[in-house]
Amino acid sequence: MSRTIYDEMRGLNGSGGNVLPHYRSYCDWLNAMPPDRLAQKRNEAEVMFHRLGITFAVYGEEAGGERLIPFDIIPRIIPAADWQLLERGLVQRVKALNHFLHDIYHGQAILKQGLIPSAKVLDNAQYRPLMQGLNVPGDTYAHVTGVDIVFTGPGEFYVLEDNLRVPSGVSYMLENRRMLMRLFPELFSRQQIQPVEHYPDILLETLRGVAPLGVVDPTVALLTPGAFNSAYFEHTFLAQQMGIELVEGQDLFVRDSAVYMRTTRGPKRVDVIYRRIDDDFLDPRAFRPDSMLGVPGLMEAYRAGRVTLANAVGTGIADDKSMYVHVPDMIKFYLDEEPILKNVPTWELRKAEDRHYVLDHLPELVVKEVHGSGGYGMLVGPAATASQRAEFRDRIIASPEKYIAQPTLALSTCPTYVDSGIAPRHVDLRPFVLSGKETRIVPGGLTRVALKEGSLVVNSSQGGGTKDTWVLEA
Amino acid sequence: MLSRTANDLFWMSRHIERAENTARMLDVTYRLALLPYRVIEAGEKWAEPWAVPLVITGLASQYYAKHNELNAERVMQFMVFDQSNPTSIHSSLQRARENARGQRGATTSEMWESLNATWLEMRTLDYATIDARGVSNFFDWVKNRSHLFRGVTFGTMLRDEAFSFIRLGTFLERADNTARILDVKYHTLLPSIDDVGGAVDYYQWGSLLRSLGTFESYRKVYRDVITPFRIGELLILREDVPRSLHACMNDIYEILQGLSEAERREPERLAGEIHARLHYERPQQIFDLGLHQYLMDFLDKIDALNTEINKHFLAPDYS
Repeated sequence: MSRTIYDEMRGLNGSGGNVLPHYRSYCDWLNAMPPDRLAQKRNEAEVMFHRLGITFAVYGEEAGGERLIPFDIIPRIIPAADWQLLERGLVQRVKALNHFLHDIYHGQAILKQGLIPSAKVLDNAQYRPLMQGLNVPGDTYAHVTGVDIVFTGPGEFYVLEDNLRVPSGVSYMLENRRMLMRLFPELFSRQQIQPVEHYPDILLETLRGVAPLGVVDPTVALLTPGAFNSAYFEHTFLAQQMGIELVEGQDLFVRDSAVYMRTTRGPKRVDVIYRRIDDDFLDPRAFRPDSMLGVPGLMEAYRAGRVTLANAVGTGIADDKSMYVHVPDMIKFYLDEEPILKNVPTWELRKAEDRHYVLDHLPELVVKEVHGSGGYGMLVGPAATASQRAEFRDRIIASPEKYIAQPTLALSTCPTYVDSGIAPRHVDLRPFVLSGKETRIVPGGLTRVALKEGSLVVNSSQGGGTKDTWVLEA
Repeated sequence: MLSRTANDLFWMSRHIERAENTARMLDVTYRLALLPYRVIEAGEKWAEPWAVPLVITGLASQYYAKHNELNAERVMQFMVFDQSNPTSIHSSLQRARENARGQRGATTSEMWESLNATWLEMRTLDYATIDARGVSNFFDWVKNRSHLFRGVTFGTMLRDEAFSFIRLGTFLERADNTARILDVKYHTLLPSIDDVGGAVDYYQWGSLLRSLGTFESYRKVYRDVITPFRIGELLILREDVPRSLHACMNDIYEILQGLSEAERREPERLAGEIHARLHYERPQQIFDLGLHQYLMDFLDKIDALNTEINKHFLAPDYS
């Protein structure tokens, strides 16, 4: 893995390099743009996002705390050839993950073959025994997958993680595009940029396509934990775009193993639930009895095959960080293909040999909790202080099975509008893969950018921003 | 539509209408307090002007738990700004905004922006500010924001079921409030028995008409002196007066007819019954029974109607 930082506009030579072909047209436009006009457009964007209420709730702030995710007005541009490769790789990977989930909850061939140690799956809290033997429509488990990708060089991609539970962020992909088209319509006539606006249509098509067998005109609803959830804006946005009901647990009830909504015209049957609630909170009778968010009896209806949940219950077993290392093997095992996308080399600290290496090289590595997410509970070796590293060392020695380690990747940078002007900042990419009757991806995704100079942490909860992501027409 | 959505929309418009009506009620109180009145003695069930809003909203004991004296500033604090009073103007505007926030998909963005802006401005106000600017200006502001919201709703919203529940909330709250404001006069004592039909009596009725925005209508309809009998007729029975009980019930009955299906007829039936009585009532019957008693009976029926609407539309219990 190269340690040189790849800039997506100027290549491997960093800020001294020539502008790459796919950025040229944009760069010409940008150079001709007076700086004060750019500043004015940036303010305009901020005012508009506030007015439209495109915010995310922040836990722990004063009641109803709402905050904007910073939007960067400089788009990220991906050439068509790179995208084609990426798309093939993503489809391949998500197909393999769906095969894996079906296998784990049925014959468990991959465990019998000894490719993955059985205990690692069956003793994992993310493995859901009540899914064992249950058939789901089309054998699809992960209907919506958000795969986090980083670029390290031209055509060089690594998968950071596969998010198969309730990945969020797609509303920002759509709103960012809408905002950029509104601010700079002329850009979209200069270049052929592939559209992303049809995402809600194909999401709805995907969801309707996985209705229980025999349902002719399925009713789909989006289940949200409610207004205090950080992604609530996205839930309302998607429900509105798809024209489906946005329901909370209290709006649904189960009678004779079927799920109904409480409506002003009486009970209405629901066939597919796009749920944005974690497994644990879905049904107080099956999972956490203290959950007020779920629907009592939902799992009973699910197991009876009278309602489809998207994503299925139990997908967490496939995106657990301890399972990540096995995804290339899954691709070979289920599809008999070579993996197109690379995994980041990963040390599993439960293995003595790996552990010794990692403890000797902590300043160079990133250590992550196996069950962690959102950029919390991780150690970025090069950025950490000696005492933080010492603390992590103790934690690793105390319970090594809880951690994995990876080299610090040289994440690519993109030109970004910051206080000091336009400067390169590190980015990642989350494309959204939809699986149902077929596997589809809208060309693009959510680009997250670390606004702090040199920072590699792009999470919105930790000061990251977002960009519009352009995939150019071939 | 989802019952929870209908419930949120219904309460969104009720809360806005309530804020407006609370402003109207305080406005009439303020006007009455400027006229001569007799201070009540211990044990009397009548009230002096500043107690009237507390009596007719049933919040007197809650008020006295916090305040040991009765004056304009204290009552205004309680009825306008007190967040622990669920019907204060502050609470009403906040709740209307919260109801709307959860239902952005069922309303228009202009409705949301109007409510949001109202709430953001309300948050910056306190008693000292509105007292310095003149409390009447504040009441006008509240009324104007309510008019604006109603206008935006009318001018931008799809005429669907959501629209019906929004209108239903408005008219139910308005009917309730017109009845309560009409009753204000019952609770307000004249300086002495000799003043019945005198100047103070006249001004009190006049203030009441003004607070409901119907003073000019009265003049146009009757072209004559103000009498309680005619005020009762105007605000209860005349269907061409937009805040009258009859006018409100016309709308409520019509909306419920549109919402009803085979198994959900009870709210419509009950509304029809209340409506029919208003439609065919003789003014004399009201005064034979006593205006106060008539209004109390009406409020009981509206209460029963609310219960049915809840049971059939807003919070049905199927499981």
